[in-house]
Order: sequence, then structure tokens, then C-alpha cells
Amino acid sequence: MRRRSLWADMDWLSVLLYALLVSVGWISIYAADFDGLRTGMFDLSTSHGKQILWVTVALVLAILIVIIDNKFYTTFAYLIYGLVMVMLVMIFFIGSEVKGNKSWFVLGGFSIQPSEFAKFATALAVAKYLSSQGANMKYWSTRFIVGAIILLPMMLILYQGDAGSALVFLSFVLVLYREGLSSWVLVGGGLFVALSLLSLAIDEKLYLVVGIVLVTTVIIYLLRKHIRIAMLVGAIAVSSIGYIYAVSYFFGKLKPHQKDRIEVVLGKLEDKKGAGYNLDQSKIAIGSGGFSGKGFLNGTQTKGNFVPEQTTDFIFCTVGEEHGFIGTMIVLGLFMALLARIIYISERQRSKFTRLYGYGVASILFFHIIINIGMTIGLVPVIGIPLPFLSYGGSSILSFTILLFILLKLDSDRLAVLR
Amino acid sequence: MDIFKNRRFIILGIFASFFVVFALHLFYIQIIDDSYEALANQNVIRNVTVYPNRGLIYDRNGMLIVENDATYEIFVIPKQVKDIDTALFCQLLAIEPQYFIDQMTKAKNYSRYVPSSFLKNLSVEQYASFQEHLYMFPGFYGDIRLVRKYPQHSAAHVLGYTGEISQKKLDAQSYYKSGDYIGISGLEATYEPFLRGHKGSKLILVDKFNREQGSFKDGIYDTAAISGHNLTVTLDIELQVYAEQLMQNKRGCVVAIEPSTGEILVMVSAPSYDPNLLTGRQRGNNYVMLQKDTLKPLFNRAISGGSYPPGSTFKSIMALMGLQEGTLQPYDVYPCFGGFRLGSHTVGCHDHVQLTDLSSAIQHSCNAYFCYVFKNIIDQSKFATSDEALAKWDSYLYSFGLGNKLGVDIPGENSGHVPTPKYYNNIYQKGHWKSSTIISLAIGQGELGITPLQMANMTCAIANRGYYFTPHFVKFIENDTTNFVKHYSGKNKTKVEQRYFDEVVEGLYQTVQAGTGRIAQIEGYEVCGKTGTVENPHGKDHSAFITFAPKVNPRIVVLAFVENSGFGATYAAPIASLVMEKYLNDTIAANRLFLEKRMIETDLIHPKVISSNEAP
Repeated sequence: MRRRSLWADMDWLSVLLYALLVSVGWISIYAADFDGLRTGMFDLSTSHGKQILWVTVALVLAILIVIIDNKFYTTFAYLIYGLVMVMLVMIFFIGSEVKGNKSWFVLGGFSIQPSEFAKFATALAVAKYLSSQGANMKYWSTRFIVGAIILLPMMLILYQGDAGSALVFLSFVLVLYREGLSSWVLVGGGLFVALSLLSLAIDEKLYLVVGIVLVTTVIIYLLRKHIRIAMLVGAIAVSSIGYIYAVSYFFGKLKPHQKDRIEVVLGKLEDKKGAGYNLDQSKIAIGSGGFSGKGFLNGTQTKGNFVPEQTTDFIFCTVGEEHGFIGTMIVLGLFMALLARIIYISERQRSKFTRLYGYGVASILFFHIIINIGMTIGLVPVIGIPLPFLSYGGSSILSFTILLFILLKLDSDRLAVLR
Repeated sequence: MDIFKNRRFIILGIFASFFVVFALHLFYIQIIDDSYEALANQNVIRNVTVYPNRGLIYDRNGMLIVENDATYEIFVIPKQVKDIDTALFCQLLAIEPQYFIDQMTKAKNYSRYVPSSFLKNLSVEQYASFQEHLYMFPGFYGDIRLVRKYPQHSAAHVLGYTGEISQKKLDAQSYYKSGDYIGISGLEATYEPFLRGHKGSKLILVDKFNREQGSFKDGIYDTAAISGHNLTVTLDIELQVYAEQLMQNKRGCVVAIEPSTGEILVMVSAPSYDPNLLTGRQRGNNYVMLQKDTLKPLFNRAISGGSYPPGSTFKSIMALMGLQEGTLQPYDVYPCFGGFRLGSHTVGCHDHVQLTDLSSAIQHSCNAYFCYVFKNIIDQSKFATSDEALAKWDSYLYSFGLGNKLGVDIPGENSGHVPTPKYYNNIYQKGHWKSSTIISLAIGQGELGITPLQMANMTCAIANRGYYFTPHFVKFIENDTTNFVKHYSGKNKTKVEQRYFDEVVEGLYQTVQAGTGRIAQIEGYEVCGKTGTVENPHGKDHSAFITFAPKVNPRIVVLAFVENSGFGATYAAPIASLVMEKYLNDTIAANRLFLEKRMIETDLIHPKVISSNEAP
């Protein structure tokens, strides 16, 4: 068994990608925060000043994570999960409400959002359970237990009113898929999302039904030699039609502001000063950036505070406006490189636990990136979740740092771990 | 062992496909579609109108009579308004809570993000106290706006007023925008193109709360506002104020003109109002109040009152026509036995001494004499019909500026009424009327209608012995390249030759020296004048007086017209002569101060009220 320096087997490429993303984030926060008066970088009354503090705390935490023995994470995976679940429950009794969501603990001057930490805790618990003896996605018992591990925090967070953070847990489907969950679930999930969007976007449901019937007929004709599969396709088609009507029925029961948000994304509603305001201004900011952007600190949308939440959820706008297409491609490229690197890291593990955890990290990051960037460019409804490493905020930067560095720690010891 | 190992490629494929879709979408919105850039500019670049200073107005002596006053307008952005102390807010701005609610609702309905006007015409003092508390009222801000101010509180009808442009006018042009101020009446309306100046614009960068962030590209696209042209008018504002004082509590008007130029020195229409009432915040209320007033203070009687018959002041014109036509000789004498009788038509006359010639007839204002003069003009054998005769008679009147609009440079002028042959044909049928039918025209009664300005102008023509200049107010327009003023420099000749005027002027002189107008004598000047008492079927007669002085090279013509006041010599003559004396001497002689006092104190409008306490 080799025993080398703690840092020797660290995946420095991932650390570099992390550092670049955090830097881009800080520069963008500085620009979004910039009000024409140059204040010091460390001015704690500003967001960019506070972010430096948070990044420093995150780095200290990262070092701690690397120093702690890797057995800590495997051994205490359930304990960590359990503690976070207790925090999530406690929030109902002693939590504070921030922006309509009762999901914060306020300690002194700091507020902590336990739901941010539920992500890595759940990733640990899922990895721990699925890497344990006897767990296999073939079995219903395994499927049931792993489902419960994921759904518990999801439901608790949803109940706090933070639907965005709750949806993040859906990303674990990718981890389960990697471990053998049937492709049908993925296909079914895709069909589910596609049908939901279509039934909301198209008012005349009959067109949709006719379309489904036509497509199904063609498929059944092509599969006429495989009667059983053809029958299955037919059954799916029938339930799809039923689902379409169900969606439009429940949509009718939604509250008006919820309906508005959905309709704006679907392009059915032009409401530039109402529900579509955030989306519209954010799209204008990014769209007006052009090829090379308006230049650092020269974004008119940014300067004029047209985009709300621009240091947090809409930080991508600053990149798009001030650095243009080049800037957005660099950020997308860095994220894609990091995700690919994480998948690569996960697959090189001998430990199933580390591989599972790695997929959890990749899935969570992916979901955040897609929802957040998709929202700023108008491809996804406005769901308030942060962009990993870039968005301003203590809980966000700390939780993503923990999430990533636990993986890097486990990875650095991959040669020491036999199991 | 790990049979699902290949699924990593599917997962990576899912990741990559999303990233590719995003990259393509970004490529589209950032590079292909440039509409976002325009939208971003629309967002942050606010085109702000810079309002120019409206031209100032000075009187003939260089005294400032119209200036601009800074007021503030409060705007609100409803989205930003929260947690404000509404009670304090209303108290500071002196508004009712209901006004606050109404304006907020209106603003919200317009837009929650775009500023709406909340309150207009706040004085500098009021705004100052509000501004101290502005930090307590997020979403509200003030902006400066210039409104008119009239430091002399006088000449309301001449100066007119400004106000927000009406929708109808707005639709007809492109220069003005909704909410812009425009001259609505008087000189403000006529000289609007000169006074308004030219609006400028500047592009400023704003944030989403419309807070200014600085000028766009250091102002290279900005244009400066060009101030309006200053206007010097012919009014003598001190004399105007004095005339208004004399006319207080009376109905009627005073017009004074410099006959050698046609420049209007005074134009009073009583009752009048303080022009400052129609600026500022109470403008709307005040306007309604003035409009509802049964004495019609908004009505300019001097140019719009076309229903006055001229009365005896018209006799001079009658005489001039007779002399020009050759039907009257200066030494002619006609019988007067207390009136003129012709068939069933009778025109009464008052007691007067035996007439000796034309000028004594004017001096004593003999009605019968002028009925003969009129009859002799109309019944000339050279006219085949009454139609032809009256048409000739009318043409004389037209040449004196009667029967048509004179073209004074304020809107609202009435043309008056000179009855045409057609007019009588409609009433009596063609061929069924003759001189005796229309005999009351001889003494300025009947169907004649003359505006006070026309009457004053007619007097100018007599004073000038045969011509007049179109009466006007404009004296000088600063930096006027079109030389607008020259429109008023042309002489208008009457159809009566100069040589016939001396007899009539002598009569007017004798009227003041020893006739009905003796009260109008001014020490050291040869004053000419003519009283007029206009029969009024609706009440007490109107009193009129026309006068000019000196007799040779007259410097001023004054007309006073006092409604429902009786004989011309009672009120009209003293008022006209006091105005004239003030102009000629700058002061009123000591022996006439009692007259000034009596005129100022006379109240012909408010009926005497006997208090019940004094009743026995």
C-alpha cells in the first residue's frame, strides 16, 4: 500500500477548473455590484467583498476536507445525512423566513440554508447505500430504499416552499441510471417532461392527440412483428393522451402568478413588466452582449440594475453582457470540462462508493447549471437556484466546495483504497 | 463485472447535448439576433426633453410684464413605493388622501415601472419642505418645470394664458408632446411660435428606477434648448393698471391707441381677473370659477363684444360721409323741434341751444340734424335704389375699419355688424325699405354693431384725418428674422378725404370745450371728444366716450365704454379723460383728483345691500 503526501494524488486539473470558475464568479459579482464608486476589494459592505470572505472560508474548508481521513466520509455518510435531515425538520420550528422561503437558520449575523448541505449529504448516503453489500438496482427493495433516501430531503425542502432546491434531487436519476436503473425510466422521464411542456404550450389538445395517434400508428406498424412491444407502445400512447388532459386540468387549478410564469416561458404570454420581467431583462442583457461583450464594468443592463438577483441567480447575465459570446462559451466550456473530468474521475475509481458519489456530484452540478443558465436565456422556467461556484452567497459556495472537494479527497486516495 | 460501464457515455452524451443546445441558443441571441441590443439601449437610454425658457414679454417702456417661474412636478414610480407615511406625505404636499389614492391608482394602471406625473405646479417653497423628507418616500422624485408669472397682475385679456395642449391640437401637429404647455389665448397664443423657443433633448443613461446615471456618450447626441424670443409689446403697463383700477367694479372697457402708429397702449375689459390665477396648481379650479362667473370675466369685451351699437360717437362718421358725398355743407342747419319726424318714424332729441352749423350739431349731439344728414346721403338721386345707396354707405364704414375684423394680434376678435342691403332685404323684402326705415343708423343705433376696438380705431382715423394703422400689440420681437412687425406698418386710408376732417374735428373739440364732454378737459391740451349714450333695451343705457388729444398731431386716442351706466358724460368721459391725462401728464391735476377718487370708488356691479341692523 502506497502512502504518499496528502496532495500528491490530488486531481489538480479539477482544482484549476474550480479556481477558474470561482474567479469568473467573483469578477462578475464585482461587475454586478459595481455602482460607479470604486470601493476596496475587501469592503465587507459589498457583495464582492463578502464573497472574498466566503471563498476564503471555503478554501479553509476544502483543506480540512482533504486533511480528514477518507474513512470519515464512508463511515459517517449516514450520520451526516441523518444530521442534515434533523436540521431540515428543525427548520420548521426554529427557522427564519427569507424571501418567502422558510429555509434558513440565522445564527448571529450569518444565515445558513441547510437545504444546500442536503445535496452532498444525500449524495453520500446514496453512495453509501448502493455500494453496500446486497444492494442492487435489480431489486425492488433497493430501488425503494434508495428512492426513500432521495425523496425524504426532497419532500422536506419542498414543504419549506423552496421548489427549486427540491427539484435538484431529481438529478439523482442519472446516478441510479449509471447503476442499472432501467432505460425506460429515463425515456419515460423524458416523455413525461416533453408531454407536460407540449400540453401546456398547445391550446388545442386535439392536434396533440392526433399527432400522438399518428406517430403511434407508424411505430406499431414498424413493430408489427413484435406484438408485445407494439402493444406496450400503444398503451404508452393511450396513457400519454390521458396525461395531457390531466396536465391541463391541474394547470387550470394553479394560482394566477404561477400560471403566468409558466406561460411566459412557453412564449404564450408577452408580459415584459410583469412575470416575464426577470426573464426578459436577463435575455436582453445576454443578447445585447454580442460577440465580445460590452467590456468589463460597461454593461448597461448590469449598471442599471435591470436584472434582479444579478449577483446570485442571474450572475450569468453579467458574463453574457460584459464578455459576450466569448465569455458565455468560456463559462460553458469550463463547466463541461469539469463535468467530463468528474465523470472521468468517477470511472477510474476502484471504490464503488467514490464512483457513486462522483456521479452524484456530476448530476447535482449538471442540474444546477442547466436550470440556472437555461433560465437566464429563457429556455427553462424561472427557478431560483444558484449557478455553482459563480453565484454570490455563502451557503452556495460552501456547499458546492464541500461537494466537489469530498470527491477530490476520495479520488486522491483512490490508490490507497482497495475495496 | 460492471455491465453498465458504457452508460457513462450516454450520461456524458446527455450533458453534452444540453450544452450544445445552450451554445447554439447563445450563438443565436448574442450574435445573430441584434434586437436585444436595441432593447438594451431602449432600457437605459432615456430621451429627455429639455424645455426652453419661454420668451419674456416687456411693455413699451421696457417693464417686465410676463416672466417664467420655476415650479416642481412630482413623479411616482409605483413599483418602488413602499412603507411610506401617507399622512405626512399628504400634509407636506397639501393634498387630500383621496387625491393620493386616485393618483396612485392612475399611475399603477399606467405602469408600475415607468414614472407617472403625480402632482404638478408645486411652488419652490413647498417643494423645498417636501424635498427634505424625500428620502422617506421611495419611488417619488421631483422635476423642475417653468410656468408663467405675471408680476403686474394686469392685462389678463391681452396677455392671455398658457396651458397643457389639448388633444385636438396635439393630433394636428408633431412638435408638441402630450403635457406640453402652449399659449391658449391672447398674445401667448398669437406669438406662440416666437415665444415657445425650441425644445432640446438629451440622452441620459438611467437605471431601472429611472435614476440618472450620467449622460450617454458624454452628450454627443444632445441638443440644447433654444430660448423663446422675447417680445416687447405696445402696452403701457402703468397706464393699463391705472385704467383697470378706474374700471374696477364696472362692466365695460377702455381702449387707448397711439393714432400715429396704431399701437395699442391700453386694453381693459372689465371685470377682469389676475392672470396669475390661470397658472399654477389652482389653475383648473380658478378657470372653472371664472367661467361660471355671470359677469363673464374671461370674455374680452374690447374685441369680442360685437353687440354694442356705437351711439352718438358715430355721428362724426355720419358727418364725414355727408361732406364727402357733397350732401352736407359745414354751414348747413336743419330744424330740430325736439326730434326728427318722418311719416311714422320718429327719432327723439334732447334740449339743446339753437344750432349754427355742423360743428355745433356735433357739439350738442343733435339727433335730428344727423337724421337729415343720413337721409340726404341715402336719398341722393344718383342712387337708383335703396340697396345701392346703402351699399355706398356701407363702403364708407368698411373704410373706417367697421364691419370686418381689424386683424388685431390677439385671437377672438369679432367683426361687428354693418347691415348690408341684403340684410334689410331679408327683413323687409327688396324694395320695401328706404332711408326712413333704417333712420336709426344715423345716430349709431339700430342694427349697427361695433366692437370697442373698432370704435377706438375709427376715432384714430378721425384723429389722423383720414387714415389708420391696424391696431396691434406687437412692438418688437427679439431676433426675429422674418420681421413680423412690419405687417402693422401699412396705412389704411378712409374713403373720406383729409380736407373734410377739420370741420368734424372742430366739432369734437367744441364738444369738450363747451358741449356734452366738458368734463374731459385737460389743462394745457386741446382735447377732442364725443359722448355717446347707447340705448340698451335690456337695462340702463351704456355710456361711451371717444376722445383724442392734442387736436393737432394727436398722441393718444382713448375710448371708454361703461355698460349700464347712463349718460356718456357720467362715467365714460371721466374715465377716458383720466386715462388720457395720466398718459399725457403722467399725473392727475389736483383739481381732478376728486374725479379720479369717485371713478375708482364707483361700484356699478354690486347692488347696495341694506343690512338688517340698520333697518329701523
